[in-house]
Amino acid sequence: MTVADIVKALDLRVFSGNEGLNQEVVGGYTSDLLSDVMGNADAGMVWVTLQTHINVMAIASLKELAAIILVKGLEPEVNTLQQSNSEGIPILGTNLQAFEITGKLYQLLNK
Amino acid sequence: MHFEFKVQGGDFVRAGNASSQVKKILKQLNVDSSVIKRIVVALYEGEVNIAAHAFNGVIYVDIDTERIIIKLDDNGPGIPDINLAMQPGYSTASPIVREMGFGAGMGLPNIKDNSDDFKITSEVGKGTCLEILVNLKVNQEGV
Repeated sequence: MTVADIVKALDLRVFSGNEGLNQEVVGGYTSDLLSDVMGNADAGMVWVTLQTHINVMAIASLKELAAIILVKGLEPEVNTLQQSNSEGIPILGTNLQAFEITGKLYQLLNK
Repeated sequence: MHFEFKVQGGDFVRAGNASSQVKKILKQLNVDSSVIKRIVVALYEGEVNIAAHAFNGVIYVDIDTERIIIKLDDNGPGIPDINLAMQPGYSTASPIVREMGFGAGMGLPNIKDNSDDFKITSEVGKGTCLEILVNLKVNQEGV
């Protein structure tokens, strides 16, 4: 399943990083603690978070994550968005809260 | 190979820059991706620690065919009780830093867990120095 498939299935907004929409997704990780994601997420995962600042892109890039999903209608800060475009790692958005979108994503990936 | 990176206290925008550069270098050297992952986690946490706690710092990176040695030397408040600082969950980060999702008290334990050898020394009122060693070849001790 690609990032684009998830965007379509979960009706997500694509803020940036369109280049990475064809990236294959292997799983997901939900956390707002950056060290937790740094220590425990794996390459190819989609990261569900409410953090919108540029450091999420540093983590996504270093960990080679497939995409970031911002919850509760949050939008990325301008420099976060720019970094997402230059790295080609998509930032996606949903109005749902983390519990709900994580549940849907889990179901989708484990179909 | 020797590289140096400067880190400014409070500059979270550039935090991760050294990690990103080192990652690129290690990829070019064809270091195993599982080893690169550990190095990147340790170095990123170290960079963030300088940004979050110190006034400024320098990261010295030495790479040879066998291993990487990273020294993170900062000018800052220092750590009064290193054993306490090493405890998972213990943090002295400011509320603003915590709001950003840092300061969960996982940084130093993450660094230690991802290093093959790890030393920390600190002097209150002067600064803190971390030395991280990671063997670059898989199947060595600790990998």
